[in-house]
Amino acid sequence: MEPTAAADKVDPIHQFGINPIFDLGTIGGVPIAYTNSALFMTIAVLLISALLIFGTSSRAIVPGRIQALAEISYEFVANMLRESAGKEGMKFFPFVFSIFMFVLFLNVVGLFPYFFTVTSHIVITAALAVTVILTVVIYGFYRNGLKFLGLFVPQGVPGYLLPLVVAIEVLSFLSRPISLSVRLFANMLAGHITLKVFASFIIMLSAFGFVGWLGAIIPFAMTVALTALEVLVAFLQAYVFAILTCMYLNDAIHPSH
Amino acid sequence: MAGTDGRTEKAGAAASDAELARRLDRLSRELDTEKREREVARPPQSKDGSGYAQATKMASEFIAGVLVGAALGWGLDRVAGTSPWGLIGFLLLGFCAGVFNVVRASGRMTAGNADRTGGDRGSL
Repeated sequence: MEPTAAADKVDPIHQFGINPIFDLGTIGGVPIAYTNSALFMTIAVLLISALLIFGTSSRAIVPGRIQALAEISYEFVANMLRESAGKEGMKFFPFVFSIFMFVLFLNVVGLFPYFFTVTSHIVITAALAVTVILTVVIYGFYRNGLKFLGLFVPQGVPGYLLPLVVAIEVLSFLSRPISLSVRLFANMLAGHITLKVFASFIIMLSAFGFVGWLGAIIPFAMTVALTALEVLVAFLQAYVFAILTCMYLNDAIHPSH
Repeated sequence: MAGTDGRTEKAGAAASDAELARRLDRLSRELDTEKREREVARPPQSKDGSGYAQATKMASEFIAGVLVGAALGWGLDRVAGTSPWGLIGFLLLGFCAGVFNVVRASGRMTAGNADRTGGDRGSL
């Protein structure tokens, strides 16, 4: 048994490749295709729709499993929004709920072997984060007018420090979409790469006969543990994304510092 | 004798009913004010109990601040031709903003300074 180095090498980045499934022509010279990324976004949206439509179709007073799941997801997001943005924030419920469910399903669906993790691409997470921040900025100015700018002027700061503090506040505000998108993307990317690397250790070690098989137990245990961690991370990152969305929306509704 | 007894009993029952209703009313009013006060006083509870979530949150807050500072400074240098001063200045500001973000994120999570976090909630 002498496996060649090339066949032995597992490329942990390969799983993030974008492959067109069918072309939809070009827009401005840029080819537009229905990719595997788009496919998994479609799958996630279909799953969410199915969960909510089937979940609410029976309308039982004592909910069944699917109805309970749909209700729990509603209550979870509704409570989160109410706690961080108050009752007024509830008008953004559809927005926050969509974002939470979309990110959660993309994360969880991506955990299945051979499935593609859409949220491991910063384009997707950045688009989501920019949507959130644009909503905050536009709604903030629409609702509060120029008072929204008071967000950048903390109270109780002596006058000579104000320019510096305002500059830092503006930078801090500008860093929000970056941190929002990078956090989700980096977590998913790093998690999946780690998982792949540990899993490939098993294959590499198994090439060394019986001792290798014994040694492979350790990375195998790591892979199992990491998979459990990744399930947690998939949920947590969707939650963190949604709760930060709520907090930013709170800024748009109550910009007083 | 028995009749009067029954009547007083009934009257007593009616009185206690009224009393009970009054007490219930007062209690619910007290509860309402209490609840409202608590809603005002209580900072938003961050329920992300896992330290992992907090760790990634803090790290990305800090990195984002520095990155945005560096990007703004670099862009300013390119536009205004002030290289390297824009990059230096904005990178320093970016570090400040990053530290600021982290302090604020952690201030929200510690229960000790609840009044402060109540003040600048949502500015994470």
